Formats: sequence, C-alpha cells, structure tokens
Amino acid sequence: MVTVEDQLPPGEDPTLLQEEVHDPRRRDFINIAAVSFAGVGALAIVLPLVNQMNPSADVLALSSTEIDISKIEPGQAIKASFRKQPLFVRNLTPAEMASANAVPVGSLRDPETLEQRTKAGKNNWLITLGVCTHLGCIPLGAAEGENKGPFGGYFCPCHGSAYDTAGRIRQGPAPKNLMVPPYEFNSDTVVTVG
Amino acid sequence: MSFPWAKHYEPKQPLMRWLDEKLPLPRLVYNAVGAGYPVPRNLNYFWNFGVLAGLALTLQIVTGVTLAMHYAANGGVAFASVESIMRDVNAGWFLRYAHANGASMFLLVVYIHIARGLYYGSYKAPREMVWLLGVVIFLLMMATAFMGYVLPWGQMSFWGAQVITGFFSAIPMVGETIRIWLLGGYAPDNAALNRFFSLHYLLPFVTMGVIIMHIWALHIPGSNNPTGVDVKSEADTVPFHPYYTAKDGVGVGVFMLVFAAFIFFAPNMLGHPDNYIEANPLSTPAHIVPEWYFLPFYAILKSFTADFILDAKLWGVLAMFGSILLLFFLPWLDTSPVRSANFRPKYRMFLIVLLLDVLLLGYVGGAEASARNVILGQLASAYYFIHFLVILPLVSRSEQPRPLPNSITEAVLEKHAGTSPAKTALA
Repeated sequence: MVTVEDQLPPGEDPTLLQEEVHDPRRRDFINIAAVSFAGVGALAIVLPLVNQMNPSADVLALSSTEIDISKIEPGQAIKASFRKQPLFVRNLTPAEMASANAVPVGSLRDPETLEQRTKAGKNNWLITLGVCTHLGCIPLGAAEGENKGPFGGYFCPCHGSAYDTAGRIRQGPAPKNLMVPPYEFNSDTVVTVG
Repeated sequence: MSFPWAKHYEPKQPLMRWLDEKLPLPRLVYNAVGAGYPVPRNLNYFWNFGVLAGLALTLQIVTGVTLAMHYAANGGVAFASVESIMRDVNAGWFLRYAHANGASMFLLVVYIHIARGLYYGSYKAPREMVWLLGVVIFLLMMATAFMGYVLPWGQMSFWGAQVITGFFSAIPMVGETIRIWLLGGYAPDNAALNRFFSLHYLLPFVTMGVIIMHIWALHIPGSNNPTGVDVKSEADTVPFHPYYTAKDGVGVGVFMLVFAAFIFFAPNMLGHPDNYIEANPLSTPAHIVPEWYFLPFYAILKSFTADFILDAKLWGVLAMFGSILLLFFLPWLDTSPVRSANFRPKYRMFLIVLLLDVLLLGYVGGAEASARNVILGQLASAYYFIHFLVILPLVSRSEQPRPLPNSITEAVLEKHAGTSPAKTALA
C-alpha cells in the first residue's frame, strides 16, 4: 500500500501538500473548462467534415435549364434533364385536363388541383420531375407507347405507383405527387426551369 | 478468460522466447486459434462458418485492394475502367469475378453462420455480446456490399443507389435534405460514386476491427456447441489446434470448390445483365432488383402498399430496417434457458418455419409485384415479425424442453455405442 507519506521527502510537512477545498473545487473547474474548450474545438473540426458531403458548387451551378417546348403537340411529352434528374414536359389534351379536373381534390393522397400544379393560362403544360416520389425510379408514360398506368398519366415500374394526368399520386406506395420544379415561361415556346 | 486446463504457450527457441518478451504476438495467436484455446469436442460442420466468413473477408480485401489499383471512381470513366479490368488488365477478369462472387460467398456463409446461431441458441447468455457484435458486422457488410455494387456504374448500380438512398427520403421533414447530403447532389453522380468508393474501401477494415471484438467476446465464455450444454471438465474439450484447424480445413476446401465453380463456370449467375449497360440517369431498367442477399429485406420493404397513420413508404423503410434491428433484441426475447433447438421441439419447428419464411421472402423480393406476390410478401413479412415478437417469447415460456445431457462428453459417448458412464451405471 502506497500512501502519500511514503512519497514525501524526509522532513517535509504533509499539510503543505493539502489543497484548500472549494465548491466546486478549483481543479474541477479547470478540468471542465479544458474539456469544454477541447469539445468546442472538436465540433469546429466536425462541421467542415459534415459539410463537405453537401452538393458542391459545380453541382449547384447546374440548377437552371432552358427548354424549347415548341415541338410538343397536345398529347405528347418530352424528357429533359434538370439537376441531372429527368424532367417531364407534357402538353395535355383537353380530355386529359378534363379528366384531371373531374377528380374531387379531397379524395387525393396529396391534394392539389391541376390549376395549382400548372401556370395560369398555360394549364395544358404539365412540367414535373420524372422522379417517382417513392424511391426515385423514373415513371413510364412520357415517351410514345409507354405504359401510362391505370390513370392515364405516369406509371412507375419499380413498385407500381400510378400517377394521373396531373402527375398526382393515385395508387401504389408513393407518398407525394410528382414534384413540380420552379419554372417560368420566357415566351410561349421557351421555359426556364430552376 | 479461458478454461484452467488450457495449454500454456512455452516458446522453446531462443528467438521466440526473445520475441515473446518484447511483443507476445505468437502467444496471442496460440491462445486465440492455437492449442491454447480449448473448444468443445462435439462441434459439427456448422461451426466451420465463422472461420469461412473470416476467410471470405480476407479474400475480399485481397481482391479488392488489387482491383482498386485499376479502378477509377469517376462517373465519366468508372464503367470503362471496369471493362478495361475485364479485358486489358492481366488476370483482371479473375480478380473482378472473384471479388463479385466473393461478396456472394461471404454473405452466403454469414447467413449460414447466423442460422447456426439461431438453431443452437448461440445468442443466449453468456454470449449476448458476441451476437450483438455479429449483428453490427452484418449491418457493416450490407452497407459495404451495397456501395461496392454501385462502383461499376452500370444501370443496376445507378438505380440501386437511387432507390437505396431514396430510403432516407422517407424520414419525415428532413428526409430529402439527408438524401441530398448523402449523395452530394440531387441524383447519384460523381460525388456519390467517389464517396461510395472511399467508404467501400474503409468499411471492410472497420468490419475487421469489429470481428476482432466478436472473437474476443467469444473467447471469454468459449464456443457454444450442438448440445448447448456448458463445458464442465477438460474431457469436454479439445485444443483448437490441431483438431479444429483440421476440421476447418475441410470446410475451407469445400468453400473453395464452390467458390471456384462460380468464378470459372458461372461468374455472372448471381449478377444482373443490366449492369453491363452503362448508368443512364434518364432511363430506369424495367425490373429493378437488388442482389440476391438483400431480397428478403426488399420483400419486406415492398409489402407496405397502403397508408396507415404514416406513409406506406415510411412504413416499408421502418419495417425493413426494423427486421434487422430486431435481431439486437433477440437475446432478451428468447427467455428459455435451454440453448440448443435439438432439445426444444416446439422452438425447433417454428425456427424451421422462419427459415422457410425467409426463403419465401427472398423469392417474393425478386419476383414481379403482382397481386399474388404482394399478398404472399405481406403474409411472409408479418410472420417474420410475429416469430420474433410473439411466438418466440410465448414458446420460451410454455415449452417443455427434452432432458439435457449432463455433459458434452456424456452426449458424445451416448451417441457412439452407448458406453457412457451414466448408462453403464444405470445398467
């Protein structure tokens, strides 16, 4: 058993080595302060390590795209690319618009009208991301001859989500309507997305 | 730590004695997998699979490190660099097929290893920590396998990355932000490919660290055995070396035969032809399926088709992760003190049903989402959870186990010609 006295040089008074007791003790305070300081430093190092995973400047720079829509006849759609994701631009026929407007909004999983999903006066132009809101597959239905699903809009082959002619989710596991990205009509034939 | 009758390391050569004083590495090996580790004498061939898993990881690291010398993790050239490994690099085709099929072999032996643990109750006290670390290893393996599958940058790679990172977008509120953070973009691209490569290279070494802890935790109580009865005396054990090094050697031979059969005769059997088409962000393959080893979990994910309080999508993701996280609670869900299913007739029956259920989930996971398959998947998923959360606790409480042998030695001798001391005494 080693005691304090064993370590003392001969003739030394042990009371000299005893600390005055504070509450909290001075030593505790120094301890907490030092560890907190190191903790703040560690946090400051973690921040850039986490942030480096966010989209880089060149990825963000791709965030707007111009699209020429002059060649899309009613009933046709094209696939464009926006932020490296597919974008569906669809020129709805009057029948497709009527069928979208005939659905009671309250019955929808993600209630939105065709009006809300398109621009005023351009209700026939349905512009959505071609990314299923379930797990990100590309729904079918934009290209000629593809399966448009039971609601005449888009159909995702991965897990069977079906969208209607307004790109709204009607059946299957997807939780949301196809996303409408921010866009502007520059003229009657050119759209800027993003 | 070990049994008191464990042999002691006594180096005879002066050089080994010198080394033992400075860095007792040979002593560590001797006590871990040498004559210094006493093991129950009655282990059957199912006890090969731990060593086989370790071998598979070693082979993956060796082939993986060499492949990394030729692979380029850049979206523009990744696919071409894999093709160049196949066509131009000397023995590149061999390394790549060995690595791709090696992943399947690794998961195959690990699944058998897990099933062994379930059957013989190896997850029970005093080996709970061994089991918990094992589940951690399994999760690490799944992450590593997924990220490795993305690297060739074919269609299945790309869309697998899209779908699997899509799981995170199911998290309410912050899901989409997390997904974009994980990918470093809005869809899988260069940033995602690079970080997946970095992590795919890192995680096997993390796995190796956890495996060392897994073995460390195992060596405190020592290995379980087919009777599930504790080791009671020296007669119950044999030294690991040479007895189980030899027995494991047989398993390694069989493992290598199967592995070679895949590499040389059916290298693409477990893969998808679509992955030989370069990644195209504007076209989803008609039928996306993960690799075979993820199919049961994919089936659970697909089984949720209707909203109930939460989104169907969120339910699917929660259930899929839950089906694995559930395994962390297994040691406390099963309260029966009897380990081996050989002595638990009811548990044994339900466990066999569970194993068949997982196979059925695997089938459904890979099949088209037709109405019949969706219902099958829903029933099979429900059974999976019912087994662990309802059947197992109830069976543990009500079951009358068969009489256990008094010792491992008694069980062994009874099996062979019935010369056990207990029997002779009775006669």
